[in-house]
Amino acid sequence: MKDTPLSNCERDFLLKAIEEKKRLDGRQTYDYRKMKITFGTDYGCCFVDLGKTRVMAQVSCELVTPKENRPNEGIMFFNIELSPMASPAFEQGRQSELSVKLNRQLERCLRNSKCIDTESLCVVSGEKVWQIRVDVHMLNHDGNLMDAASIAAITALCHFRRPDVGIQGDEVTVYSPEERDPIPLSIYHMPISVSFSFFQQGTYLLVDPCEREERVMDGLLMIAMNKHREICSIQSSGGIMLLKEQVMRCSKIASVKVSEITELLSKALENDKKARKEGGRCGFAESMPQERITALKMDETSVEMTDVTERAKDIVQKTEAPPQLVRSPVVPVPGVGQVGQGLQNTWGLEEEDEEETEECDNSDEEQEEKVTKMEEEEHEKEASREGDVVEISDSEEEDVVILHPETPDKTPKNTESRSHQKGAAASKKRQKK
Amino acid sequence: MLSTLKERTGEVLLPGDEFSFETDDSISLTGPVRPEKVVCGPGLRRSGDRLLVCKSGVLRHKQPHMFWMDSQQRRYVPAKGETIIGIVTVKSGDVFKVDFGGSEQASLSYLAFEGSTKRNRPNVQVGDLVFSQFLIANKDMEPELVCVDSSGRANGMGVFGGGGLVFTVSLGLVRRLLTPHSEVLADLQQLFPCELVVGMNGRLWVKSSSVQQTLVISNLLQSCDAMTAQQRRQLFRRVAQGAL
Repeated sequence: MKDTPLSNCERDFLLKAIEEKKRLDGRQTYDYRKMKITFGTDYGCCFVDLGKTRVMAQVSCELVTPKENRPNEGIMFFNIELSPMASPAFEQGRQSELSVKLNRQLERCLRNSKCIDTESLCVVSGEKVWQIRVDVHMLNHDGNLMDAASIAAITALCHFRRPDVGIQGDEVTVYSPEERDPIPLSIYHMPISVSFSFFQQGTYLLVDPCEREERVMDGLLMIAMNKHREICSIQSSGGIMLLKEQVMRCSKIASVKVSEITELLSKALENDKKARKEGGRCGFAESMPQERITALKMDETSVEMTDVTERAKDIVQKTEAPPQLVRSPVVPVPGVGQVGQGLQNTWGLEEEDEEETEECDNSDEEQEEKVTKMEEEEHEKEASREGDVVEISDSEEEDVVILHPETPDKTPKNTESRSHQKGAAASKKRQKK
Repeated sequence: MLSTLKERTGEVLLPGDEFSFETDDSISLTGPVRPEKVVCGPGLRRSGDRLLVCKSGVLRHKQPHMFWMDSQQRRYVPAKGETIIGIVTVKSGDVFKVDFGGSEQASLSYLAFEGSTKRNRPNVQVGDLVFSQFLIANKDMEPELVCVDSSGRANGMGVFGGGGLVFTVSLGLVRRLLTPHSEVLADLQQLFPCELVVGMNGRLWVKSSSVQQTLVISNLLQSCDAMTAQQRRQLFRRVAQGAL
């Protein structure tokens, strides 16, 4: 299926916006989109989200016979899949121009820069070496596939662990992960590709172009660099003439971006390592349930919290303290059910009503006073309540308090909440009047 | 069946949910006996003596007997009479091929513009946007577009002028924008003056006084797809206050 064509109106608008230093998603010229690195449950599986672009890399290993000219070096193999899932323009199972270009660039970025120690992958010289295979799958295409692919590939390589191998004489044993801990690959440095797109014959430059920007660009420059500011590969495509200063400027920007990305990458690796050590949910198990398709999805949701503290306080003050439980001296025989154990006694309802009527009289007086005299009112209430406490000495709850020696601090709280309730009740009555 | 359909109006239904054609238990003897007729819109399909739901979404009802499923899909399926924004991809002889985001391209005759004759051809280039209407939308035939109404008037349709930005949103949002007294549109009107063309195929075209404002509007509309009314209002308020 063909891709959606780009209309003239979009093209004109994009070029005009770039002239005004504006981008479609509100980024600045040198900004990357939001990047997210997640790992799968297995070692060597990594997802990279770059805005809406999504890439997955999976590393696997295999014992093979080495190449004849390099008998003691392991083999690195890179493969990029452009599936129709990423974009309707990609076709299944056919090497398109883009996929060849991306594959070649990834090889140059990771293999030719010698970032992985291939000699450590040798098991028996000339007979058995490890072949490390990196499969990069594009899951969604929204521009800048190369950067996402290079980050995913190098992160997956860092995350990968190969089985341990033991050699006794002529016998080679490959240990399962249960027998011996798998070994990480030895990686010297992490090359990361940064893409620059040029517009209007190189007048304007953008970092991390999105899909629509890629369609209107004149040329592309990809610089692969590690955090030590060593350029691992550089490639310009699209047929534009670049000045020496432009390339120098791009490499400077690239060095900044690479150091930022490397930091993010190592942080992600560290987090994953920690999560795995603790044995908690990591990788897929942790990241997948959030991506529900049945719910309206938003990246972040703002919550109205202006009056939360007040409301919380309100609730704390108004709710009744939980009834204190008294262990009955009768120890039930195990297996025998009992009714009414440890529950609040509801037999004393009558006197509650009495209290309320009493309180009502009090509050009627209080009502006449002005709000400015709140303080005094409080005192009065306190006084009246103290009176109450004396009166209702036969209530169940008060009994409880007497029985418990270690809860002297609970009593005031309890009574206070009570007074509030009464207040509320009183106010209700007022409304009735 | 009518009563069960009415009962479930507004509920979320999934493909495979079904209603049976069984009549109600009580039949009034006094009133005239009228056969129960139900008009099924998109997402509901008759299969034998059952009515099947074939799209996930919310069941909607319109008086007297019209029911349909309101879903949030993005893939457009052409329907006769709907107006869409298309991109001209090929100019061949006397028809243009137009991409409208569906499974195949539609054809648009050069005679289907207002005031065009064999000698007076409309000025349409490849890559231009056209606002047009489906004349034929049949699943077994190539869809055909026209840029005139039944009386031969343009009625707002035709080739777009310069400027503006076209972008894609979900079909649900488009329908929300096109409802009379749309809330989203009312919220948007309070922000900036702008020109907005809504195609039923999910494409929106916006033109405003500056690039910045056009970008803001396009990003706002794209983001309010998955928002509740409250969140949207809050966002629009923030934008109005100048937090761009």
